[in-house]
Amino acid sequence: MNRLRTWFLAPARTLNFVFFLVPLAIILAYSLMSRGIYGGVEMPWTFESYQRLFDPLYGGILMRSFAISLLSTVLCLVLGYPLALFIARSGARRNLYLNLVMLPFWTSFLVRTYAWMFLLRDTGLINTVLLAMGVIREPLPLLYNDGAVVLGLVYGYLPFMVLPLYTTLERLDKSLFEAAADLGARPFVAFVQVMLPLSMPGIRAGSILVFISCIGAYLTPDLLGGSKTIMIGNVVQNQFTGARDWPFGAACSLVLMALVMILLKLFLRKGEDQLL
Amino acid sequence: MKSSRWLSAYAVGVYAFLHVPLLVLAAFSFNASKFTVWQGFSLEWYRLAFANDVLVESAWNSLWIALASTAIATTAGTLCAYGLWKRKAPILAGSLYLSLVTPEIVTGVSLLALYQWIFRFLRLQLGMHTVILAHVAFCLAYVVITVIARLRTFDASLEEAAMDLGATEWQAFRLVTLPAILPGVIAAALLAFTVSIDDYVITSLVAGVDSETLPMVVYQMARRGVSPVVNAISTLLVLFLGILIVASERLQQRT
Amino acid sequence: MEAVLELRDVSKHYPGHRAVHRVSLAVEAGAFYSILGPSGCGKTSTLRMIAGFDEPTSGEILLRGNPIQNLRPYQRPINTVFQRYALFPHLTVRGNVEFGLKRRGETDYDAKVDEALEMVELTGKESRMPAQLSGGEQQRVALARSLVLTPEVLLLDEPLSALDPNLRKSVRLELKALQRRTGITFVFITHDQEEALSLSDRIAVMNKGEVEQIGTPHEIYLHPTTPFVAGFLGAVNWIDGGKAGVRPEATRIGRVAPEGDVRILQARVSHSVFLGNCVHVETVTALGGRIVAEVAADGYREGDAVYVWWRSADELRFGS
Repeated sequence: MNRLRTWFLAPARTLNFVFFLVPLAIILAYSLMSRGIYGGVEMPWTFESYQRLFDPLYGGILMRSFAISLLSTVLCLVLGYPLALFIARSGARRNLYLNLVMLPFWTSFLVRTYAWMFLLRDTGLINTVLLAMGVIREPLPLLYNDGAVVLGLVYGYLPFMVLPLYTTLERLDKSLFEAAADLGARPFVAFVQVMLPLSMPGIRAGSILVFISCIGAYLTPDLLGGSKTIMIGNVVQNQFTGARDWPFGAACSLVLMALVMILLKLFLRKGEDQLL
Repeated sequence: MKSSRWLSAYAVGVYAFLHVPLLVLAAFSFNASKFTVWQGFSLEWYRLAFANDVLVESAWNSLWIALASTAIATTAGTLCAYGLWKRKAPILAGSLYLSLVTPEIVTGVSLLALYQWIFRFLRLQLGMHTVILAHVAFCLAYVVITVIARLRTFDASLEEAAMDLGATEWQAFRLVTLPAILPGVIAAALLAFTVSIDDYVITSLVAGVDSETLPMVVYQMARRGVSPVVNAISTLLVLFLGILIVASERLQQRT
Repeated sequence: MEAVLELRDVSKHYPGHRAVHRVSLAVEAGAFYSILGPSGCGKTSTLRMIAGFDEPTSGEILLRGNPIQNLRPYQRPINTVFQRYALFPHLTVRGNVEFGLKRRGETDYDAKVDEALEMVELTGKESRMPAQLSGGEQQRVALARSLVLTPEVLLLDEPLSALDPNLRKSVRLELKALQRRTGITFVFITHDQEEALSLSDRIAVMNKGEVEQIGTPHEIYLHPTTPFVAGFLGAVNWIDGGKAGVRPEATRIGRVAPEGDVRILQARVSHSVFLGNCVHVETVTALGGRIVAEVAADGYREGDAVYVWWRSADELRFGS
């Protein structure tokens, strides 16, 4: 029996080891090496890349990435909670409503980001309509700024917040709220005192998923952000292509990874990662 | 309940937010004019899209890559899910989970670093094979999750019954378990296929000159500016992937 | 007679928990042998070890004298009827029943399958899927599936518990008839003492992982060797601080003290419970003990002073 099981796990183990773990180890090594003349890496070993991270320029990028991710997460929570509640209460139709949320998510992320380019640009739909209605006289600069990136991230990752929230809310015992009402709590009080605390697992899981997705974002700031809206993901991509400073790109990658892992460790309690 | 009217209205608003951008995109792909004013129905942009050789070739590339990586990832992932379901393997499970939450940009550059390192010893280059292997790597976790979820609804005593009646462990898996979880396996394959077709970040980093994929070409066109041809391809892509996802969902819910 | 299945000192220990401890028993060929006990007593763990799904921590399991505890389930000529039948949902009834025969490499199995289905009265339903069958029919498929392989021993894991209560009595009789007809050794796991008593040639009573007593239904019920066995098989009036007891149906009650080789206690009636086919009169003795007498009809009121008695031969006395 165990022999069979070892064979069954072998292909995945190999693939995961060679194409996920080893590359990460290589990146770790690269982050401690020096920049090669024609790109790539060279000896000697050095901490130089990590020291560069303290440069105010990159510190600023890190801060901005954090701020944008945090804002997007909060917006996802605020926007997503009522929707999750709606779906949880929708009875027989809940699978339909759930699918309606998840469906756009699983189609092309690229297209969904492009759609906002189409809507927000100067000659895009929103400006055209507003101009035609006479509400504005000049097109609003809706694209290529931080706001557009936040919008794109919220749009892109809202389902990541809705799904865990829904799962938690759906499991709540309805009679708890009847009991609260029975004991004299008005709806808002019942919400704050009963529903909110009990939905913390869902809030935690959803927030973590959204935040991690946002902090590592690349496409959204790339297409929707301006020249100043660079996030860590863009820096990494740049170092490995244009700027050809692999050690520094590697260092940034590891910082990103470390952030992700720290957040997971801090906020996901045992058993809450119901995925695997 | 009074609140449910507000809640329903709110839900409609959010669903609009989620779906309208795509619907608008689709609508304007049929716009006869290049501008954001409706000037009549036209399939011109679709015709142009299909006439664009680079676009069509990249679509074929995407298809082949997706088929190959789906086949490999689904096989390896199904076997892995079965092994994990039988008894825990925390390191492997943790590593797979990590590969899910790792930002794509990190996965992409690390694979690029791996390939460059390998190419020092083997005289190879970036190409279809590098993309396929990269896709297998990140699709694997999706397959494992989907199949494991299906296995959790499978009655383990069926396997015991099979062995009781004379089937070996492998026969029990092949003749009893696999047929029972097949809808989940197919759903996982469809999911992996979708994820593979749509990937931009990782693919752009590890693709060779001759292995451009559809998202890469679309990205380049989008970078140059909004164009109705992009609207047209986008609509087709979303439709295609949407159908696959719906099929996958249906299969996952079938008992 | 020869023992077809024997357990010698079989144990299954988990860290911090002894599921089965030093169980020894011997099953005669052609017998209907029951393992009886409450949930958690270890009977299912024992069955799983006989079938081969779990390995014993220590001890031997012998089939016709040959040790089998190291064999995989598919290497043992023992078959199991699972508690919830475990029918393969993607195969028809025929597909399920021929499964084992196919694994053996047999090619000419249709006749055997037909015969097995006839034996369980499912002829005509071969192409149905398990989901289309009733609970009772599913059980019969599970039986046919195992019996068609003519195992040395057939294990049945609480086969009646998943059935409708009103079906249980009739299925019980069918099972007994089936066993007699085929002559196959049945090992029957249950927590229901009525099932065990009515079906078995021999019963092993288990509690907390150990075997407390093995014997015929008669022996177990009328001469239990431990308080647990006495109490599990039926109601008991405990006397002498739990060192002895007597069954309510052997307890007499009256206003006059009787003569003869009987044990008598003085008591007061506390209340009566009408059970339909009899009345249980509850009394409290002078020492504070509670004695229940089973009578055909009532006639006692609360507070009545009475005598309760029973024959010495009916008294249950336990070992150390």
